[in-house]
Amino acid sequence: MEQFAFYVLAGVTILASLGVVSSRVPMHSVMLLIVSFGALAGLYVMLDAPFTAVTQIIVYAGAIMVLFLFVVMLLNQHREDEPEVMPASLLRRNLRAGVLLSVLLAIEVAWGLSQVGLRSFGTDPGEISAVSSVAQIGLALFTTHSFAFEVTSVLILVSMVGAVVIARREH
Amino acid sequence: MPTLNHFLILSGMLFAIGTAGVFLRRNLITILLSIEIMLNAVNITFVAVGRYRGTVDGQIITFFVMTVAAAEAAVGLALVIALFRHRETLSPDAFTSLKW
Amino acid sequence: MSELTLADFGISQALIARLVLIFVVFQALVLTSAFMVWMERKVCAYIQDREGPNRVGPAGLLQPFADVIKLVFKEDLRPKAADALLFAIAPIISTATAFAAFSVVPFGNETTLFGLLSEPLRLEVTDVNVAVLVVFAVASMGVYGIVLAGWSSNSKYSLLGGLRSSAQMISYELSYGLALASVILLAGSMSLREVVMNQSGYWWGFIPKWYVFLQPLGFFIYMTAGVAETNRAPFDFPEAEQELVAGYHTEYSSMSFALFFMAEYINMVTVSALATSLYLGGWLGPFSERFGVGWIYFMAKVLLILFFYVWMRWTLPRYRYDQLMEFGWKWLLPMAVLNLIATAALVIWLG
Repeated sequence: MEQFAFYVLAGVTILASLGVVSSRVPMHSVMLLIVSFGALAGLYVMLDAPFTAVTQIIVYAGAIMVLFLFVVMLLNQHREDEPEVMPASLLRRNLRAGVLLSVLLAIEVAWGLSQVGLRSFGTDPGEISAVSSVAQIGLALFTTHSFAFEVTSVLILVSMVGAVVIARREH
Repeated sequence: MPTLNHFLILSGMLFAIGTAGVFLRRNLITILLSIEIMLNAVNITFVAVGRYRGTVDGQIITFFVMTVAAAEAAVGLALVIALFRHRETLSPDAFTSLKW
Repeated sequence: MSELTLADFGISQALIARLVLIFVVFQALVLTSAFMVWMERKVCAYIQDREGPNRVGPAGLLQPFADVIKLVFKEDLRPKAADALLFAIAPIISTATAFAAFSVVPFGNETTLFGLLSEPLRLEVTDVNVAVLVVFAVASMGVYGIVLAGWSSNSKYSLLGGLRSSAQMISYELSYGLALASVILLAGSMSLREVVMNQSGYWWGFIPKWYVFLQPLGFFIYMTAGVAETNRAPFDFPEAEQELVAGYHTEYSSMSFALFFMAEYINMVTVSALATSLYLGGWLGPFSERFGVGWIYFMAKVLLILFFYVWMRWTLPRYRYDQLMEFGWKWLLPMAVLNLIATAALVIWLG
């Protein structure tokens, strides 16, 4: 049952991501990415991480994607223009090399993992509750990683100010 | 019951799809979306390994990755808007004046 | 040959009870939205010193059904040059998220239906330990229905209405979330059932321990943000007939329009249901534990808040869009942050 759920969710994620990368309409890319994020949230729930799953929906699918959607709407991009004829061989060779490298990466990861034995997850309920409890996450976040937390808040402030300044119209 | 290997293979495939998207697509917004796919692949790796080792640190790093992704998306999209105002196009091939 | 019982197929009595409960909740939501149509027109009429619909059925109670039948028979228009797929999906997203947000709301204690069931059935669709965040997440997804409706209609009014409406929703989501966080601080858990159970008991014997008495500012912030989230007056500028034709649902007709309508009412019901669970003690009330009448109290409280919703719509004037955004960012958000800080300080100080 869990295997079936995993394959369904993983399949949706991969198909949606392929759709994002190959679609010619930017709006469809954004919506397919939202579908992919939803499937990933399901995978997080399978990994006993419900807090991360809801955070993924709230932050990624609910905020970052809305930002992308607004930009696509404001720039009024209905359909991507046909790609101009590429200047000669050099550029195309680099592109093909890049795609070849990504495919090689995927194959290498899969091969490496098949050489190592299967590592199953522990099913000890104490361990599960230690991982999935929100109180544990909050405790670790605010004590062990409190410096990173504070730095992240400064980072968000800086990026907010930067985004406003960069996108502002020159007067 | 899916094993850790399943999740790592999924993450590797997602990362490869994202990388291919960054290289292949000639549209700034789609490039940014492919970067988001790569960041998500990394997130799923962190959560899976965190669950395997029984610690909560994987999810905490995920939290920070999401925040950094949000910051990067905001600044990246602001840049896209500013660039669009200059050249009226979203293709990265139009902004090659710094190339030699 | 021995008898085959249902249990051999893995279908137990608990499973059937749960499926029936889900069906009942779904139908109750749909019927409530129909009831809201009637209540809105009646209350609006009485506020305006007239009588409202009284032809169809006793006191006009069948009016919503007449409206639905009329809408179903209308032609389903589809403007050309619109993104057909997204145009069709937008009302589905709105409605689906509206229903999904209600799935974690508990509306009663455990009940055995007067001994019909062998084990007590909890009156909720599901209970996760991050229930409050699930509602918040689903509410964030609800923005997409409106944004897609505005964009795919391919008309200026719809696009502007959609953009304004979604900008308003995401602005007020922040204060909404901070008000939720204050209640979570008080309750110590994110599961809605826990939050309600923490409100049982009385102070000095007669004042119930509801969180509205501990967090009056939080309740005000939550209700205001909730009204703005559901695009209701006085925050319904994107839907104002005088300004934008009809905003993001200008180009929709018949069932799609009915779906948007229903989604808005069900969002109102969800916000009210959450307000009762978080602040007004959910299904708790006198004798609710012994006689299993908790769900009646729950319905009464939800209907009270819905009445306030309708009352506000027909009494208060509409906010202008920039006033609306200024209020959300410059007043409500700082108030919500201060409320959270004060709550945290008091929780630590008083233990």
